[in-house]
Amino acid sequence: MENTDTILRVENIHKSFGDLEVLKGVSFDVKKGETICFIGPSGTGKSTLLRCINLLTQPDQGSVWLGGEEVTNSGKQINHFRQRIGMVFQNFFLFDHLTAVRNVEIALIKVKGMKPKEAREKALEELRQVGMEDWAEHYPAELSGGQAQRVSIARALAMDPDVILFDEPTSALDPELTREVLEVMKKLALAGMTMIVVTHEMGFACSVANRIMFMEYGEIIEQGSPQELMSDAKFERCKNFIGQFDGVNGD
Amino acid sequence: MDQSIFLFDILLPVLLEGFIVTIKLIVLTAPFGLILGILLAVGRVYGPKPISLLCKGVVAFIKGTPLLLMLFILYFGLPSIGITLSAFVASVVGFIMCNGAYSSEYIRGAISSIKEGQIIAAQALGMTKMQAVRNIILPQALIRAIPGLSNEFIYLIKYSSLAYMLTVIELTGAGKMVATKYFEFTTVFLMIGIGYLILVTITTIAVMFIERKVAVPGMTQSGRHMLDIL
Repeated sequence: MENTDTILRVENIHKSFGDLEVLKGVSFDVKKGETICFIGPSGTGKSTLLRCINLLTQPDQGSVWLGGEEVTNSGKQINHFRQRIGMVFQNFFLFDHLTAVRNVEIALIKVKGMKPKEAREKALEELRQVGMEDWAEHYPAELSGGQAQRVSIARALAMDPDVILFDEPTSALDPELTREVLEVMKKLALAGMTMIVVTHEMGFACSVANRIMFMEYGEIIEQGSPQELMSDAKFERCKNFIGQFDGVNGD
Repeated sequence: MDQSIFLFDILLPVLLEGFIVTIKLIVLTAPFGLILGILLAVGRVYGPKPISLLCKGVVAFIKGTPLLLMLFILYFGLPSIGITLSAFVASVVGFIMCNGAYSSEYIRGAISSIKEGQIIAAQALGMTKMQAVRNIILPQALIRAIPGLSNEFIYLIKYSSLAYMLTVIELTGAGKMVATKYFEFTTVFLMIGIGYLILVTITTIAVMFIERKVAVPGMTQSGRHMLDIL
């Protein structure tokens, strides 16, 4: 790979579900330490794109490269790549039968083969990172949405991934809980974690993202830094979309 | 003859021996039945097409034939193709098949009640499908399957008496021999009934404790309704 800074490369991803073409050739690069936000109307393939990156959804065409190795067509190696690509889901998907700390440590033990004691220490450390260490022994059902999402971020972090994919991490949360999750994500971004975030939180995207990708109809229509998207006249579609938000939120 | 002499010197020692055989049948069947049930359920839900169909077929076959007929085939039929099982072993094998087939349906139901996100999250962490099934899906499914599985266990306690048809002298068989010899049907069958009632009651209470022990907030109701399963 020519650019050593590029950690993730997505090339010409196509995906159809039946007759519906959800992704029509999406390509982009992510540099180490970058935060990239995908915004755009619902149903334009943002979540599908994320799932194509770690092959939770198999793309019909195109390739994904992680640090110079091809993720697509990796066969059984895919589980090795998935350890290096963290994922945080809209509905958290915490393991219901495990306490917060067990949620974080289970993959360390079962996938990474870490010793239970070591894994527990690491899990508690990650929970501390997201401010959830006091809730380590609680089950997912006993946590608020914001707390559950922070645990799921800790779970992804524990694997020491090269990049974390956030699939609308705050869309299931009320504004107050959204804030506590975004705070954690902001902290991560500042600490240099590489993140790809699908979000409708424009405030977060504008203040944290290095680049914003505006997607519509399965394609990246406009992209640029938050400043460019806001000020440059050529990014009209994105501004219209954001404008709709401003009207509702009043800011 | 004095009732108490009949009861304590003749009937109870014989019944006790039969009782022990019944317990042996159950104890040897239950764990293997559960394992078979798990394998059949997982094979059916997550296995590749041929395995899935095979598991479906096996369950359909076992559910579709009377247990007694199966026992006859195992004990009287198999020797004709060179496999000779003792009556006890033939009974246990038949019970394991029956218990496993029915248990697999409870487990399959529990598996399909688990939201897809659980396995997706596990795979996103780098678990293989089978690791995800073993570490994430099955623990949750088994907790949810406890009421059904305990029901199946109770059936097992009761249909273990079919072993008598293969000449295994278990609780019912032992009692029946005493009853025919001494013409004491009422007393004997009453005592046998009490024997099964004790086993079922112990099971019910044990299941209640197990349910409380493995209860997870938000996943299951507490064990307080468990007495209903009788």
